Amino acid sequence: MASNPSLNVPQKPTSPAAPILPRLVRFGLLVVLDAAAIWFISRLFNLGYYPLAGGLTLILLFVNYVLLRQEAYPLRWMIIGLVLMSMFVIYPILFTVWVAFTNYGEGHLITKEQAIDQILDLKYLPESGRAFSWTAYKSPEGDYALWLMDAEGNSYLALPGEPLTQPQPGEAGIGELDSKGVPATIEGYQRLNAIVAATDKNLTQILFGEEGTTIQVRSPSEAAELLSLYEYDSDRDAMINQQTGVVYSNIRGLFSSPTGELLRPGFIASVQLANFRDFFLSPALRGPLVRIVTWNFAFAILSLLFNFSLGLAIAIMFNDPKFPLKKLIRSLLIIPYTVPALITILIWRGMLNPELGVIDRFLEGLFGWAPPWFTDQFWAKVAILLVNLWLSYPYFMLICSGALQSISEDYYAAAQVDGASPWQQFWNITLPLLLVSVGPLLVASFTFNFNNFNLIYLFNAGGPPIAGTPTPAGHTDILISYVYNLAFSGSRGVNYGFASAITIIIFIIVGAITLFQFRYTNMWEEVSENV
Amino acid sequence: MSSLSSVQQLRSSLKLQRRISVAVRLFIAVLLIIFSIFPILWVLSASLNPTGTLATQKLIPDNPGFGNYTELLNSTQFPFWTWFGNSFKIASITAVLSLGITTVAAYAFSRFRFKGRKTMLKGILLIQVFPSLLALVATFLMISQFGDVVPLLGLNTHASLILVYLGGAMGINIWLMKGFLDTIPRDIDESAMVEGANDWQIFTQLILPLLRPILVVIGLISYIGTYGEFVLARVLLKSNENYTLMVGLERFAGAQMSQRWGVFAAGALMGALPIMIIYLILQDQIVGGLTTGAVKG
Repeated sequence: MASNPSLNVPQKPTSPAAPILPRLVRFGLLVVLDAAAIWFISRLFNLGYYPLAGGLTLILLFVNYVLLRQEAYPLRWMIIGLVLMSMFVIYPILFTVWVAFTNYGEGHLITKEQAIDQILDLKYLPESGRAFSWTAYKSPEGDYALWLMDAEGNSYLALPGEPLTQPQPGEAGIGELDSKGVPATIEGYQRLNAIVAATDKNLTQILFGEEGTTIQVRSPSEAAELLSLYEYDSDRDAMINQQTGVVYSNIRGLFSSPTGELLRPGFIASVQLANFRDFFLSPALRGPLVRIVTWNFAFAILSLLFNFSLGLAIAIMFNDPKFPLKKLIRSLLIIPYTVPALITILIWRGMLNPELGVIDRFLEGLFGWAPPWFTDQFWAKVAILLVNLWLSYPYFMLICSGALQSISEDYYAAAQVDGASPWQQFWNITLPLLLVSVGPLLVASFTFNFNNFNLIYLFNAGGPPIAGTPTPAGHTDILISYVYNLAFSGSRGVNYGFASAITIIIFIIVGAITLFQFRYTNMWEEVSENV
Repeated sequence: MSSLSSVQQLRSSLKLQRRISVAVRLFIAVLLIIFSIFPILWVLSASLNPTGTLATQKLIPDNPGFGNYTELLNSTQFPFWTWFGNSFKIASITAVLSLGITTVAAYAFSRFRFKGRKTMLKGILLIQVFPSLLALVATFLMISQFGDVVPLLGLNTHASLILVYLGGAMGINIWLMKGFLDTIPRDIDESAMVEGANDWQIFTQLILPLLRPILVVIGLISYIGTYGEFVLARVLLKSNENYTLMVGLERFAGAQMSQRWGVFAAGALMGALPIMIIYLILQDQIVGGLTTGAVKG
């Protein structure tokens, strides 16, 4: 590392005498940015997206700190990258952790405040409540008014948000009454005939009269004084039904009565470790999850073994500077690596298509039988490993041939003097030395395959399906594709909470493997020296 | 006399052995090459096969022609150029912007000494350990929440997809770029500074021109990665005219692969071609990059 002392202090290009104009421009831009960001965050907050609003607030504070404080000067060079990384990498990770401890998902998609508001909107007609016959009036601006008559023949004028009044004809713009006692005109309003009024969809949504004793149109013949069906008791965190007195207490994001009756909608609530408990203990999920985890590990290990072995074998075979056409052979062999993986996976899906695909027709012609690549779980797994072999061996071939060239010839010369067979030379010299240099790449490749969603999802979407599972799962599903189904398949309802919990478990597995790699290969120390 | 002839014998038998070994290895090479390029040849043949279905395809089609290509390019349900254009636009913008972010940040990491520098560099490496795919659900929810405030940043927009891709710009490439910057002698900076240049001038006028070769390679690798990315695009983009080529191909394959195999093959080939060309041209640089630790994603 350079030891020049002048490098150890932050350089100071914007000295105190820095031109004033750029600083003003920067300050102006920051004010505009802040205004836009504050508006954006407040809108998110109003919509109930508290975690996102909170996260963005922290990021905004950080941006202001970096742009205003001189000591943060070096960070200005990377502020855009840091902001984007915080928003789209770090925040999603933290959000995933939070969601894993909640029941976010089908039936629990909104916040508690929103759910309470929706439930409080429900109304009922109390026994003491008054019912009226009604006539509707509409102004050109789209405002409505009601002329109400109760059973005793009293008439009222009802406007949204105002107390009821009992005006006489001539007062307040009320015109002459007709034979039924209804004014023909109200100033500023147009009387609606019964059919128009009955089919007007807006009318039934409007609350007339003042807060607390609102009147709502319930049917073409009746408008009634309605009350909120539920009242929220924040001390008990419960909804109380005003009609029956039943108490619905908050149980894991649903207001539930003692008899098990539920008030919809539910809301996002903490469920502590329930999602993780389900993963490890739920009997219904046990069967498919054990299969998925087993196959996930088997897939990653076998893929690594096959792909690495083939790549290494090819690298050794052609590790000969005088071999004819070496460059051409390499160019042809890396072709699988150059095609976008999605395209090759889809091509293989077509080639392995039962009945119609080229491989099945070929085998059919040769042996009279072809493996059921998509319907049988064993052959589906074989097909996936085969496709992955095709996709990945060029990569291992390339890294192994690079690594082979760095092994000194002296080792082999010494071994030949000692009379070691080629086989012994391979096991005792080539492999151990190779593993030192490509070891970290093998671990990276293992973790990549452990989460190789593209291959599984594109090839057969995890099929064939496992019968009788509570959530969709297939015989070749790996954890990450199972998570995808839980979160996005929608057919049996999304479950973000459970999906996130599994995501955390994958985090932990992958993280442990990587940590082990850092320890084992001393990579961390090397990294530390290089910074 | 007898010992000389036995040496000659040994020599010629060694030569023969070597010839046989080369022949055997060439034979294996041919088998491997068939394994490697057969799928590509098969798709090429499918794209030229006028009957266009999976079941009727042969390796050498009868009456080959470009019918599938014309059908592909005129199809409204499979708008190849729109999808290709979307992919090109998204991958180019992402590559250029992320190159900018990476280079400027790497310059700061290489040239300035500040508190938290090492921690941040290590942190960048650690964050990469968590595959971004795992945070898919959270990313999806975040983008849909953005969209409730500003629809232009919400689901089914290219802007949101590009932003999410750019979130990964502060990644392993910073290390790669910083490594290159560290090899550029600091004397250059210091002499310019003596002459009164500020950091920004030094960076843009002195350092950047020296970085051109590595910029091209990192930019193209990032382009290839974005071009081939599928999962995020699939989750965030919803409508046919907004799809990237990868999402479009996947949707098409899901819907009617076996009936319109020929059209699909034509689209797949045309989509793969630009990337294959980039790879074959950059072969040596990419091989060099691989051994420093990048895994194809």
